[in-house]
Amino acid sequence: MLQVENVTRRFGQKAAVDDISFSVQGPAFVGIIGRSGAGKSTFLRMMNRLTDATSGRIMVEGRDILALKGAEMRAWQSQCAMIFQQFNLVPRMDVASNVLHGILNRRSTVATIFNLWPEADIVKALAILDRLGIAEQAPKRAEALSGGQQQRVAIARALMQDPKIILADEPIASLDPMNAQIVMDALRRINQEDGRMVIANLHTLDTARRYCDRVIGMRDGRIVFDGLPDQLTTGVARDIYGADASFSEAATSTSIDALDTRYAEALLS
Amino acid sequence: MSDAAATSTPQSRDMKALEALYLTQVRQKRLYSGILLLLFVLLVATGFQTANARNAGGFLQGLPNILSFPTEVLSEAWANRANVPGLIVKFIPSLIETVNIAAVSTLIGALLAMVLALLSTRGLARWPRLTPLFRRLMDITRAIPEIVIALVLIFILGGGPVPAMIAIAMHTAGALGKLFSEAAENADLKPVEGLTSVGASWIQRMWLGIIPQVAPNWLSYALMRFEINIRASAILGFVGSGGIGYDLKIAMQWGAGKYDQVVAIFLILFLTIVVVDQISDRYRNRLVKGV
Repeated sequence: MLQVENVTRRFGQKAAVDDISFSVQGPAFVGIIGRSGAGKSTFLRMMNRLTDATSGRIMVEGRDILALKGAEMRAWQSQCAMIFQQFNLVPRMDVASNVLHGILNRRSTVATIFNLWPEADIVKALAILDRLGIAEQAPKRAEALSGGQQQRVAIARALMQDPKIILADEPIASLDPMNAQIVMDALRRINQEDGRMVIANLHTLDTARRYCDRVIGMRDGRIVFDGLPDQLTTGVARDIYGADASFSEAATSTSIDALDTRYAEALLS
Repeated sequence: MSDAAATSTPQSRDMKALEALYLTQVRQKRLYSGILLLLFVLLVATGFQTANARNAGGFLQGLPNILSFPTEVLSEAWANRANVPGLIVKFIPSLIETVNIAAVSTLIGALLAMVLALLSTRGLARWPRLTPLFRRLMDITRAIPEIVIALVLIFILGGGPVPAMIAIAMHTAGALGKLFSEAAENADLKPVEGLTSVGASWIQRMWLGIIPQVAPNWLSYALMRFEINIRASAILGFVGSGGIGYDLKIAMQWGAGKYDQVVAIFLILFLTIVVVDQISDRYRNRLVKGV
C-alpha cells in the first residue's frame, strides 16, 4: 500500500532525511522514534507535501505522490490527514467549523469562505465529535478548549477527511499523561475500527511499545531500526538516541506507572 | 478536567438535541449575515443615488472627462521633457525642507504617542482611572484637521516650517497613540508580571517589559506615519509653510505653462516615498529578526 523509496531531503548541505526506504502493507500502526532533529517530522511533512523532497519516490497505491502538483497535490493532501503537535486549529472559529475544514478540498471555495456547509456535512462533523467524546464542545471556540480536547478536535478534522493514511507528528508531546492516553487510545481505535493506516512520530519509548504494530527508529536522517515493538530493547534505544549507559527510560517516560521515584529523588538530592 | 467523564458515550437522545441546537445556531447566523449583506447593498445603492443627485455635473456624464486634466499636464510636460531633470535638481532643496518637517514632526509625535499610548492602555496604565482623559486627548488631536492648526499657527507665528511641524506632530501624536495603544494591548503581560515580582517601577516595567515586545510594530507604524507626513507636509506648503508644497502650488496654476514643474515635483515625491519604504523595510526586518 505504501512504499517509500530512497527519499532524501537536504537543507543546504545537511541531509535532514537521508535516503530512507521502507514499505507498509495494510492498515498498520507505525511509530517513528528518534531524538529531535532525526528527520521524523521532515519525513511526515514530505508525505503530506508540506515540505518538498529533494529526491526519491513515495508510492501510494501505485502512484508517486511526491510528483503530484497543484490540484492533484491538494487532492492527495485531502486523502492523507496530518495531526500536529500544537494542534494547528483556527483558534477563533468554533469547534464544529474546525472539524468541517477537513473537507475544504471537496467543497467550493466561495461557499466555504462564507462558512456555508451542507447540513449533512455538519451532522457528520457532530457525529465524529461525538465519537471522540467532545460533541458538547461543538459551538465553543477552539481556543477555549484544553490541550487534550483541542488535539481530539484535530483528530476529528482528520477523520472528517475520511483519509486512508493518518500522519501524526508528535501528537501527545504537548499533553499531560492523562490526555496523552486519551489521544493515543483514540488514534488506536481509529486504526483498528476503521482500518486506516496511522504513522505517528513519538518521543517516548513506552508509547511506541504500547500502541504500535511496528516501530521505525531514525537517527541523523537514516533508519537505524525497523522492527516489532518487542525488539525495542534498552540497548537498541540507546543506539537510536545516541545515548550512553546513563540513559534511563524512566526519565523520559510519560506513563504514570513508569514513574521512578528513586530517579526523581536522585535528581532532587 | 472533565475529560475522562466526557469520553463515556452520551445517550443518542442528547446527541439529537445537540444536533438540533447547533443547526439552529448555524441557521440563525446565516440569516443575520444575509440580512446584513442585503442592508449593505441597499445602503450603497440608495447612497449612490443621493450623492449623484447632489453632484453638479452628474457621475456618469463626468466620467469620460476624468482623464482630461492629467492628459493636459502630461502632454505639456512631455513637450518640455528636456527640462524635467534640471527641475528635479532645482527642487531638491525644497524637498529636503519638506522631508525635514515630516521627520521632526514624526519623531516628536511618536514620542508623545508612546507616552499617551501607555497611559491609555487597559491593563498597563499608570493611573487606570485617567485612561479616558488620555484617550479623549488623543481623540481631540485627531479630530482637528492639520490644516486648521497650521493656519491658526501661521496667523500667530507667521509663515514657515515651524507651524507645519507643530500641526503635523499634534495629529501624529493622536493617530500613532491609538495604534500604539492597540499594539500594546495585545502584548503579553507575563513579562510585566515577572518584572512586577522583582519590584520594578512602572517606567521600568513599561520600558523593559512592554517596549521590547511592541517595538517592531511601533516602528513600522511610525515609519508608515512618516510616509503619510511627507505628503501632509507637502500639502501644508499650499497654505504657506514652505517646502515643496509651495512650489507645487505655484506650478499647478492653470495656464501658467509650468506643468513640467508639476511632473518633476510629483516624480521626486514618489521617489522619496519609495526610498523611505525601502529603508524602513530593511530596518524593520533587522529589528524583528535581530540580525
